[in-house]
Amino acid sequence: MKRNLVWFAAAPVLLAAALWLGACAPSPPRNTGVYLLVDTSGSYNRQVRKAEQITLYALTRLQSSDSIAVARIDTGSFTEKDIIAKATFDDRPSTANQQKRAFASHVEKFIDQSAPAQYTDITGGLLQAIEFLNEKHTARKEILILSDMKEELAKGYVRDIPLDLRGFDVVALNVTKLRTDNFDPRQYLARLDEWRGRVEKGGGHWRVINDLDRLDGLL
Amino acid sequence: MTTLLTITPWPAVSAGILLILLVAALYFARDTAHQAIQAAAAALAHGLRVASHSVIHAQARLAARNREVLLAAGREAKERVVEREFIRIADTVRKDLSGYPDMHRRLSEAIRRIEEDQEKAVEVPPEVPGWAQAVEVVANLDAHNAGAEILSDIHKSMLKAHAEAMDVYRKASSERHSLLRRMMPDWRLIQETLGRVNRSVESVIGRSQAIDRHMQEYETIVRGEDQAVSVLSSSSIVYFFVSALVLAVATAGTAVNFTLIARPMAEMVGGTNYIGTWRTADIAALVIIMVEISMGLFLMESLRITRLFPVIGALSDKMRVRMMITTFMILLLMASIEAGLAYMREVLLLDEMATNALLRGDSTGALVNSHLWITTAAQMGMGFVLPFALVFVAIPLETFVHSLRTVVGLLGIAMLQALALLLRLLANASRHLGGIARRLYDLPLFVPLWIETRLRSAAHPANAPGSVAGKSWKEART
Repeated sequence: MKRNLVWFAAAPVLLAAALWLGACAPSPPRNTGVYLLVDTSGSYNRQVRKAEQITLYALTRLQSSDSIAVARIDTGSFTEKDIIAKATFDDRPSTANQQKRAFASHVEKFIDQSAPAQYTDITGGLLQAIEFLNEKHTARKEILILSDMKEELAKGYVRDIPLDLRGFDVVALNVTKLRTDNFDPRQYLARLDEWRGRVEKGGGHWRVINDLDRLDGLL
Repeated sequence: MTTLLTITPWPAVSAGILLILLVAALYFARDTAHQAIQAAAAALAHGLRVASHSVIHAQARLAARNREVLLAAGREAKERVVEREFIRIADTVRKDLSGYPDMHRRLSEAIRRIEEDQEKAVEVPPEVPGWAQAVEVVANLDAHNAGAEILSDIHKSMLKAHAEAMDVYRKASSERHSLLRRMMPDWRLIQETLGRVNRSVESVIGRSQAIDRHMQEYETIVRGEDQAVSVLSSSSIVYFFVSALVLAVATAGTAVNFTLIARPMAEMVGGTNYIGTWRTADIAALVIIMVEISMGLFLMESLRITRLFPVIGALSDKMRVRMMITTFMILLLMASIEAGLAYMREVLLLDEMATNALLRGDSTGALVNSHLWITTAAQMGMGFVLPFALVFVAIPLETFVHSLRTVVGLLGIAMLQALALLLRLLANASRHLGGIARRLYDLPLFVPLWIETRLRSAAHPANAPGSVAGKSWKEART
């Protein structure tokens, strides 16, 4: 009987010791980082409104400690200035909810005031996204690109750079067809294949989602 | 193999030679091989039998130990029951005896009053008037008219005296009746007091009969009778299942409690911190519930309802009362915290719903139901009540811990019995397998064995059928 009681009393101590040992071990990150690139070039500017829908969807899926940033793709996108809004949600759920509301409001304002850009520097935006998400040390890294994926660089911009996308999921959203694509669909397919090749060569995972009403598997 | 078939130019001949050589080798090694097979089978069977005996011994030791534990537990339980009965009798006697002097005084006073009233109520016969002789004398006087007048006066005086006597008599009767009426409460008091005494005596008699019964059972346990062991064993199994069922219900209650406080705990300790693979908020919620259960255990121990911790039971009464108050206060505090957390949960839930509705662009999602306060109040009530309800987990837990030892012992005995049986079966099987192996060995040697039998029967024709010589072949065939 006494032995039973000793075990009974020792059980919480052992449990506490196990928890303490567990606490000593660094727990791996479990958060998610999302970086949404919004193409604001002249050929795609009419689609910018859809960025709000995607942002709101992402906000509903993200939890405390997750990070999100929305940036525009313009002539030169490899700059912090192109980041419209960014946030890392607080540990406390109530504060995280407030941050989400503020973030949504910020993005809405940007979309209302968005001006079209002359060129489309997608690679620069991707490099900026990689840098941002790597700094956040998130367990899951998602780069969402709302664009027609037609890159047009201004003179002097060098973007022939290999992308290090190991551990990244790159999702091209609402890749619209250009007028020239209608004449020759091979251009559209070749464009997508080229991006797939670049992403997969960099170690990333590539996906295309054109139906924005079915974003269920996105995050 | 192919090389062996080339010892002659004809492979078939080579194979035949090889077969003959092999059979010859097997034939010459037959006795040794048989002995080896028999020895191996016998060794294996013996080992298995020894293992089986060992397991049977272990089972017997476990059964004896289980019996001892069962009897000890039964003895302890019975001692507790008898002790409780004695305490009840002591309480009854103390209660009645403490009131006995008062009761005796009241009874004596009541009886004295009755006696006094009875004496007072004795009827006194009215005095006989002393004028009768005087009247007779006056009546015999020889004087006319004078006697008549005197008689008339006497008559009047007598009537008056009669009236006065009747008044006195009525008054006395009335006083007697009032005295008799005054006795009634005293009679009732005596009756009630005696009734109470009767009830107390009957209660003591009932308790003493129960003690007799328990003592008889206790004696059977002390004597270690099989019937007592059987009763205790079946009781233990019943207690085990009943307490397990109640503990399962308590576990469900704990899960509900956990759900109530896990979400708001994320607000306090952070929603994304992890200890190992568990969320810190979940661990914090579990710790709160575990602390509540522990406090409940200590409270029950302090109340001497359970006896899981002898140290608490051995504390002085003053210390126990202090401990009782402390644990109750901690429980009250925890329950209040839980009620607050349950309220916080509702607030957070509403906030999250409103945010999600805003993000989805759903204007109806943010509407607040006017009857939502009922849910909030219910959650708060549950948060406050559940910690106190979990206090009572201590009782089935104690029963579970006590009965678990017996049930595990019984399971161990059953498993050891099954193992012993299996080992014995394997021992028999290995012995028979040895015999089968010997016969299988002899199977390819049927030709030399047949020749051997023939030769032996030729050498000892008298003993040919069923002879000693024929035994080898017969043995080989069977």
